[in-house]
Amino acid sequence: MIRFDGVTKQFPDGTVAVDDLSLTAPTGKITVLVGPSGCGKTTSLRMVNRMIEPTRGSISLDGQDTGRMDQAELRRGIGYVIQHAGLFPHRTVLDNIGTVPRLLGWDRTKTRDRSRELLERVGLDPHLGDRYPAQLSGGQQQRVGVARALAADPPVMLMDEPFSAVDPIVRDQLQDEFLRLQDELGKTIVFVTHDIDEAIKLGDQVAVLRVGGVLAQVAEPSYLLAHPADDFVADFVGRDRGYRALQFQATPRLPLRSERTVVLGERPDSDAGWLLVVDDDRHPLGWVEPRRIGGRAVEDADLHRGGTVARADGTLRGALDAALSSPARRGVVVDDSGALVGTVLAHEVLSAIEDTDRPERDEDDPVHGGAVAVAADEA
Amino acid sequence: MARGGGGAVVIGSLFSWIADPAHWSGSDGILNRLLEHLWYSVLAMVLALVIALPLGLYIGHTGRLRWLVTATNAARAVPTLGLLFAFALWLGPSLRGDLAFLVPATIVLVLLAVPPLLAGTYAGVEAVDPAARDAARGVGMTGWQVLRQVELPCALPLVMSGVRTAALQVVATATIAALIGLGGLGRLLVDGIAFGDYPQAAAGALLVAVLAVLLEGLLALLQRRLVSPGLGGGRGAVGGSRNDDDAAAAEANARMPVGPGGMAGGNS
Repeated sequence: MIRFDGVTKQFPDGTVAVDDLSLTAPTGKITVLVGPSGCGKTTSLRMVNRMIEPTRGSISLDGQDTGRMDQAELRRGIGYVIQHAGLFPHRTVLDNIGTVPRLLGWDRTKTRDRSRELLERVGLDPHLGDRYPAQLSGGQQQRVGVARALAADPPVMLMDEPFSAVDPIVRDQLQDEFLRLQDELGKTIVFVTHDIDEAIKLGDQVAVLRVGGVLAQVAEPSYLLAHPADDFVADFVGRDRGYRALQFQATPRLPLRSERTVVLGERPDSDAGWLLVVDDDRHPLGWVEPRRIGGRAVEDADLHRGGTVARADGTLRGALDAALSSPARRGVVVDDSGALVGTVLAHEVLSAIEDTDRPERDEDDPVHGGAVAVAADEA
Repeated sequence: MARGGGGAVVIGSLFSWIADPAHWSGSDGILNRLLEHLWYSVLAMVLALVIALPLGLYIGHTGRLRWLVTATNAARAVPTLGLLFAFALWLGPSLRGDLAFLVPATIVLVLLAVPPLLAGTYAGVEAVDPAARDAARGVGMTGWQVLRQVELPCALPLVMSGVRTAALQVVATATIAALIGLGGLGRLLVDGIAFGDYPQAAAGALLVAVLAVLLEGLLALLQRRLVSPGLGGGRGAVGGSRNDDDAAAAEANARMPVGPGGMAGGNS
């Protein structure tokens, strides 16, 4: 657990970057600091590993005041990932990953083995290990940056806009893999971003800061979307927040209808408007209009692939999107293995939405109301 | 002197002068002069490195004393020959034997070598990617470790180019040490001119040039060995860095999450 206690940072030129910040980042959770530029989010992050020293207040790590710890030792125990990866250009990928283990005095063989293991863990081909950073794409460099931060298995990670310098498709993958990795590792993470969508997607709790380093609100993402504490937060979380909030709502039992299907490579036995094409394992492939292909067998080129697929145990956002994006207006729903379960109509998803509860608003403490509860033994 | 073909005669007599074994041995032979020349050069280079390298690293690492780099660069404008005589006249009387010549000559050569070394080292450290430096501190390197493990190795290409510039100038300029009575290959040149032995003078000039070229080649090899292949641009660069967009696209393709049955990514 990382705890900010009345932390203020004033730079020598008089600018107050962070103003009396009190915040707890619970163990094993991702806490995202988000806000416009000048809101002190990066400064707050860098005060945790004392790259910047607070002017007032204290930051503690599992109850220990970081101000009293040896700087280098403190940092070696905290994973650190930054925007442009900051890899060492003169070292190979494997040597970059092994930086902290070497600083901690691990021997060469153990460091090497650990570095290889991490290379794989972050989804990189083992043969990239002997390359130099300049030979990697931006996304690959960022993966190496994450691997380097994880090398000595620190319980805490600080991540400063790690995915904002890569293109949107790669960013999306990196975010998904990051969440999958966090599921396995359960690190205590403080994550800085200026992108509210990224904050909502990644955060177990999101702290919105305003210019001047004042905490505007800290809450779980669904709470933040449902109950912005003030106009600033409401503006910052932006439009579409009603729709985006659906991604935190598990799909209740939807009234699924069975769908007529045709296996790819066979003739449709129906002249329905749209027919769902599946493979031999009943995995949906796309939609087809039987009258357009004139009674011959369905080929790959006939498929309409515009529709998204929702999982039966997924979120309401997925179910609604599947219905809205389907050319047949019937959203495709699959089970865990990806096999077809049935289809659902948009108005049926909407009725399900109307029946769900929104997060309760905490009237006593609008700023901290929806924050992740910290276990009693931690506090 | 015959008109036409005079150049050929000079070159011919130059080579026969160098080829004469009698000119190679003895205290005023080519071999000994060569060793003397190397000794003055190496002495000056070592002293200059001891001064400029730590200073350059310090300035680059801390960002303090930057004016020193500018100041030493300006000092390069002072004519070396004048400086040599000034130091010889000032220090010579209070020193004994060879030292009376060696010390002033060495000081002048060191003053010549320091500016390129200092500028190269400082610029090399200064040019280290700020993100790499930030990461180095962030993963828990001490200031010394940042310097030793990140800044110095990354600065090496520019440090080495400073070393090569300095070495070339020192070897070439060590020739004028002969003007104040010191040995070295300059002796051949100066004495040759004084006694009208032009083949000897030309041989002296040629040998200095050959020595400089050899040294340059040797330092280039050293640089290739010392500088990491990861530091692109110039010597020892990695074989053609991949186009970033291509690499990113290849990565995207390889890792595109395939939704159930291949339809556009399933929402979960």
